[in-house]
Amino acid sequence: MIDSIKRDWFSNIKGDSLAGTVVALALIPEAIAFSIIAGVDPKVGLYASFCIAVIISFVGGRPGMISAATGAMALLMVTLVKEHGLEYLLAASLLTGVIQIFAGYLKLGSLMRFVSRSVVTGFVNALAILIFMAQLPELTDVTWHVYAMTAAGLGIIYLFPLLPVIGKALPSPLVCIVVLTAFAMAYGLDIRTVSDMGELPDTLPIFLWPDVPLTLETLMIILPYSIGLALVGLLESMMTATIVDEFTDTTSDKNRECKGQGIANIGSSLFGGMAGCAMIGQSVINVKSGGRGRLSTFIAGFLLLIMVVFLDDLIGQIPMAALVAVMIMVSIGTFSWESIINLKKHPLSTNIVMLATVSIVVATHNLALGVFVGVLLASLFFANKIGRFMVIKSDKDENTNHRTYKVIGQVFFASSDQFNGSFDFKEAIEKVTIDLSDAHFWDITSVSALDKVVIKFRREGAEVEVVGLNEASATVVDKFGVHNNPEEVEKVMGGH
Amino acid sequence: MTNIIACIDGSALSENITTASVWAAKQIACPLTLLHSLEKEPPRTDEDLSGTIGFGSREHLLDELITLDAQRAKLALEHGKLILENAKAFALKAGAKQIELLQRHGDLVEALSDLEEETRLIVLGRLGANHAMDAHTIGSHIERVARTSHKPILISIGKFEAPKNFMIAYDGREAADNAIAKIAQSPLLLGLPCHLVMAGDDTKERRIKLEEAQNILEEEGFQVTSSIQPGKIYPILTQYRNEHNIELMVMGAYAHSKVRQFFVGSNTSKMIIESNIPLLILR
Repeated sequence: MIDSIKRDWFSNIKGDSLAGTVVALALIPEAIAFSIIAGVDPKVGLYASFCIAVIISFVGGRPGMISAATGAMALLMVTLVKEHGLEYLLAASLLTGVIQIFAGYLKLGSLMRFVSRSVVTGFVNALAILIFMAQLPELTDVTWHVYAMTAAGLGIIYLFPLLPVIGKALPSPLVCIVVLTAFAMAYGLDIRTVSDMGELPDTLPIFLWPDVPLTLETLMIILPYSIGLALVGLLESMMTATIVDEFTDTTSDKNRECKGQGIANIGSSLFGGMAGCAMIGQSVINVKSGGRGRLSTFIAGFLLLIMVVFLDDLIGQIPMAALVAVMIMVSIGTFSWESIINLKKHPLSTNIVMLATVSIVVATHNLALGVFVGVLLASLFFANKIGRFMVIKSDKDENTNHRTYKVIGQVFFASSDQFNGSFDFKEAIEKVTIDLSDAHFWDITSVSALDKVVIKFRREGAEVEVVGLNEASATVVDKFGVHNNPEEVEKVMGGH
Repeated sequence: MTNIIACIDGSALSENITTASVWAAKQIACPLTLLHSLEKEPPRTDEDLSGTIGFGSREHLLDELITLDAQRAKLALEHGKLILENAKAFALKAGAKQIELLQRHGDLVEALSDLEEETRLIVLGRLGANHAMDAHTIGSHIERVARTSHKPILISIGKFEAPKNFMIAYDGREAADNAIAKIAQSPLLLGLPCHLVMAGDDTKERRIKLEEAQNILEEEGFQVTSSIQPGKIYPILTQYRNEHNIELMVMGAYAHSKVRQFFVGSNTSKMIIESNIPLLILR
C-alpha cells in the first residue's frame, strides 16, 4: 500500500505540480461559467471544484484525472435551482453522492462496457455543443465590444502558444484572461463582468448541512435530479477514466472511482458546492501538461481555492467575454472532430447511434437520456445484425418424400420470424428432419418458434424429427460462468 | 516444472546474480530462467504548459504519447535482450544447463507474481541498476518482492561464491519453523554444515524449540551446530556470523506488520542492508 501511495502521489512531483497549476488556472473560468449555467453564484461552482478535486485526489480510482464542477452536471440542475433554490441543489448533490457510492459497491462501473464507442462519441460531442450553446446568452443583445473582446480572447488563446519559448511556458487561457481584464479595466469598458453574475468566495468554504426540511416531499423533489446527476456523473467519469487510461497506458479502478465520485460529491455539497464529475477537457490538459499522479489533481483543487479566495476582487473584474472565449476553447477541444471525418467511413448504424445521442441531448439538455437512447439503439442494431447470421438450407429425397432442413447460425428473438418463414409448410411431404447441429438457440423465443414449426408440420401430416436440439439449445441457459472456460466455450459455440 | 528465476537488470551485480542462480540451479537440479522486466519510466512529454485544447487535441495527444512510448519501449526491448544474452553466455560458461530467457513488461514485482506458480527460487541482487555499488542500501525491489512473493528469495550481495556453510536465524516463531521445514526438505543446502542460532533469553521453552528444530534438520542429514546467544537479534547474528565465518544466512522474513515496521523498523530489512554475505529469505 505504501508503495502504491508513493507511486500514485510522488513518482512525478515536478510534472504533477506544473500540470496541477495549469489546470487550477484553467478550472477557475470553467467553474464560474458552469455555476452561471446552473443558475447559482460563482462561489458554488468554485467551492465545488475545490472540494471535488481535493477529495477525489485521495479517494478516486484514476490518478491524474481531473474532477470538478462540470457543464454536464450543471445542465441537469437548471430547473431544480430555478424552481426550488440553492439549498435543494445542495441536498440533491448530497443524495447524488450517496447513489454513486452505492453504484460503486454494486460494481456498476463495469456496466460501462455496454456503452459503445459511438455512444461515447455522441456524448462527448453533445457535451461540447451544450457548452458552446451555454455561451450564447452572453453573446446576444450585447454591444460590439463584447464580440471584439471574445474574438481577441480566442486569438490570444490559440495564437499565444505559437510564440517561441514563452508560448509553451504560460497557459494561454490565463494570458487571455489577464490581458482582457487589464484592457477592460484600463479603458473602463461597460461590459458584463464576473461580479455581475453573483457572489464570489471571500472565505474558505465552511461546513453546512443543506437547509431543507427532511421530509418525503423533499426527497421526491430531489430524487429524480439526483438519479440523473449520479448517472451522468458516473458516465462522464468512466469515459474520462478510459481516455486517461489510454493516454497513460495504465489501468484504473473504475469501481473505486465510482465510490470516490460519490464521496467527493457528498463533501462538495456539505461545503456549499454543487455536484460535479470528471472533466474530459481538463484531464486532457492535465496529461498534456505532464500531470500523471494524484498530486496534480490535488494541487489543481488546492491552488484554485487559494487563488480565488485571495484574488476575489480581481476575479470579479474579469469580463464575461474572456470567460466565453475560454469556454469556446473548451467546447472546441472537447468535440471529437475526428468523428465528423469518420461519418464517411463508419457504417450507417454506428452513425445513427452517434447522431441520435447528440440530437437527443441537444434537444433535451439531458445527457442521461441521450446515452440511454444511444445504448438502446446500439443494442437493437447489434441484435439485428447478429439476427441476419442465420440461413436454412433444405434438400429433398424424392424417393422417400423426405425433406431435411439444415439450420445454420444464430436463432433468437430478432431472427425467429425469419426462422419460421424459412420452412415451406405448403409442401405435401411425409417426413421432415430439422437438423440443428450448426445452429445456436439463444432464448425462449427461438425455442418456442421451433415448437411452432414442429406443430405446424405435424398438423400437415408430416412426421418431424429434430436433430441436435440439446446441443443447439445449450446457449439458452444464462450461464455466465462459461466464458471463463475455453473448453466450455468451444463446446457451446463450436459445431456439435 | 518449477524454475529458478534470476532477476537480471543489467547493473554491475548482474554477473553475481547469474553466478548465484547457476549455483542454486546446480544444487537443486532444476532449470534456470533469466528474467528481465522492462519497467516503465515516469513519462515525459515535451513541456507544454499552454493549457489549450483545440481541434483534435485528444487524438493528437494520444498519437504523441503512443509514439514516445513506442520509441522508448523499442530501445528498452533491445537493451534488455542484450543484457539477457550476456547473462546467458555468462551462465553457460558457469555451467548451467537449461536456460530460458524471459522478458516481461511492467513492474518486476508484478512479473514475479505472474510467474509465481512456476517459481522455485527467486534470485535478486541487493542493489539495482540505479544504485552506486558501495552503498549499503536496500535495492528498491527487494522488500516489495519479499513481501509479495511466497517463494524463497536468494539475495546475492557483492561477489557471489558458493557457500561452504550456512546459519539459520531462528526465533521459534511460525515463520522460522516454516523456514526450518523448507530447508530440511530442499536439496539446496544439503551437505553444508548448518549453524542454528537463536538470539535472546536462554529459557527452557526456547531451548526445547531449538532442539526440535535441530532434530528436524538432523533427520534429513544435516550436520547442525546450535546455540542460544543472549542479546538483541541483530548484533548477535552479526557477531556470530563474523566469529564463525558464515557464508550464507537463512532467515524467515517480515513477520511483523507494515505498521510496526514503520515505527520500529524491520529486522529483515536491517539484516539485508547490513549483511556482507548472501541471504536466503523464506516466507
